[in-house]
Amino acid sequence: MHALVMIELDGDGVSASSRETLTLAHRLAGELGEAVEAVVFGDGGRAAESGGLAVSRLHQLDHPMLATYSPELWGESLHQLIARLQPSIVLGPGSDRGLEVMAQAAARADAPLVANCTTISLDRRANGDPPTWTLTRARQGGLLLEDAAVTAPTTFASTAAGAVEAASLGSLREVPVESFTPELDGVVHTQLVDETTQDSGVTLATARIVVSGGRGVGSAEGFEPLEELAKLTGGAVGCSRVATNNGWRPHSDQVGQTGTKISPDLYIACGISGATQHWVGCMNSKAILAINTDPEAPLLTRATYGVIGDVGEVVPAIVDEIHRRTLGNRQSA
Amino acid sequence: MNILVCVKRVRASGGTPQLSADGGGVDTRNLAFTVGPHEECAVEEAIRIAGDAGGRVTVLTAGPPEADEQLRYAISMGADHGVLVDTGDTELDPQATAAALADAIRTLEADGATFDLIMFGNESPDAGHYQVGIRVACALSRAMVGGVKGIDIDQADGRARFRREVPAGVEVYEAALPAAVGVKEGLNLPRYPSMRGRLRARKAEVRGIQPEVAPGTLRRIRLRHPEEAGTQTVVLGHGADAAPAVVDLLEELEVV
Ligand SMILES: Cc1cc2nc3c(=O)[nH]c(=O)nc-3n(C[C@H](O)[C@H](O)[C@H](O)COP(=O)(O)OP(=O)(O)OC[C@H]3O[C@@H](n4cnc5c(N)ncnc54)[C@H](O)[C@@H]3O)c2cc1C
Ligand SMILES: Nc1ncnc2c1ncn2[C@@H]1O[C@H](COP(=O)(O)O)[C@@H](O)[C@H]1O
Repeated sequence: MHALVMIELDGDGVSASSRETLTLAHRLAGELGEAVEAVVFGDGGRAAESGGLAVSRLHQLDHPMLATYSPELWGESLHQLIARLQPSIVLGPGSDRGLEVMAQAAARADAPLVANCTTISLDRRANGDPPTWTLTRARQGGLLLEDAAVTAPTTFASTAAGAVEAASLGSLREVPVESFTPELDGVVHTQLVDETTQDSGVTLATARIVVSGGRGVGSAEGFEPLEELAKLTGGAVGCSRVATNNGWRPHSDQVGQTGTKISPDLYIACGISGATQHWVGCMNSKAILAINTDPEAPLLTRATYGVIGDVGEVVPAIVDEIHRRTLGNRQSA
Repeated sequence: MNILVCVKRVRASGGTPQLSADGGGVDTRNLAFTVGPHEECAVEEAIRIAGDAGGRVTVLTAGPPEADEQLRYAISMGADHGVLVDTGDTELDPQATAAALADAIRTLEADGATFDLIMFGNESPDAGHYQVGIRVACALSRAMVGGVKGIDIDQADGRARFRREVPAGVEVYEAALPAAVGVKEGLNLPRYPSMRGRLRARKAEVRGIQPEVAPGTLRRIRLRHPEEAGTQTVVLGHGADAAPAVVDLLEELEVV
């Protein structure tokens, strides 16, 4: 009756989303008075060294075929470890890979996987019977919450990004690392054959300012003043699905449920109505400025700041005003 | 190349969903329905691949009888066949959904050719379980990669290459056919159905399958709206006259 946490490593050691998952697992384990164990693909030593795991055991999955990522091989390995350890709950991060590996493992175990959980608690644990958990999960990209219950010998759950604030898990102490070698012969799998890393500078996902346009921008050319505003503020350009569907912008610019979810300091939404599928992509922005001809547009009523007017006039005027001020500064300097 | 695409009927509204009084579901009266953008791209890609390589496209859904509408839309885009697994009005949990779909695919393959490629959306837009495709692929022993935004089929070699974008760059995967794939919007720009397509879809025969539905393990208690901080929007001005107030704001953030 213990919890197992799947840990992802990135350039800095244990990934931010894995720290969130660990925090949730420890909270849960505290309630239950149970141990937390963790599992990592690759270098367990590095995970243990990055500290603050506070787990009683760290399992390292070892096999030459696991050196590069493969959804099926990683999922099968996790499944085999779980079959041996029989934890009552397996928690993983809500990252793309985290979800993929958890789903592969849960499918192989024929066990439930509850994706994007914001809370988890033990409901019932009768002697000998499998435990029942009550969970809250995000649906529709976080627009709705679903309270649900699940009963199974082993339940898989992934945490929704940002649902839990990663806490410091106490002092650094030695974590025993145990190696587990799965049997991977004959597992049908996809192979990662090529990886290119892009040095993309300011990206939509990480920019402090995002200047985004929708149907109200009117055309591909209409985005030129938005691009200029993004350049002047060191920001990135985003867009709504109408802009991508019209071929005005590439899909990689799309903000929303089926695009990128962003949380910039300021989101400037130009000619975007604020449909729920767009809203879930930008609702975590620290501040939103909506520019719209319609004062009743849902995004305008939900925004921190609003400008009522035509994008085609407002954005060029903002750009001019920035030029005027910087020029003024230069002249007075 | 025989391709199968799994699509799910979902509500299309861009407004805040109205919940039924008991929180048991979304009030779907007066709502339009659609399939998710990822799945629409899957249908489009299947039609293109089958068009290039020769072959047929089948669309499969598990849901209420009304999901017939979504199958016919896919047929009007250019898919050849529609198959409806009637699982009724209540949404099944992902294990039960996957089991119903995998059973239906076994039935279809027993009656005809194997599907060289089974396509899914990366996640369904309403439930977003991120797993139905992977479960189906596992049940059928197919390799499966998700998040895909580019597909290359090498028919002579019997292999497929899948491209996906990750925060750090681009990954390319390879799998032997038959395989499965979960795709994302941005893979292509789906076409609008032609008039001829619509006519064909109206007359097309949709095959019905009555499944044995296993009870799921995930039980819904209720749906609810997350708490939202009620914001009082500060109107900075009208038209071009608002520009100085906007730039003041940008200066406060120290970005200009
Ligand atoms: C499953 C699903 C997933 C989806 N995923 C996404 C997603 O990831 N991202 C996304 O964006 N959408 C998504 N959508 C689509 C979404 O529902 C909306 O259709 C879309 O966001 C609307 O884009 P828009 O605001 O640009 O256009 P509209 O809704 O048409 O709004 C245009 C706005 O511009 C204003 N306007 C018009 N002219 C001007 C002008 N000259 N100056 C200023 N304002 C003007 C109008 O008042 C209006 O408010 C999804 C839909 C579904 C069903
Ligand atoms: N009821 C269903 N009928 C057909 N396909 C489905 C159904 N539910 C899910 N799928 C497919 O599985 C994908 C992932 O769904 P999910 O696991 O709910 O996120 C979807 O994009 C669809 O392609």
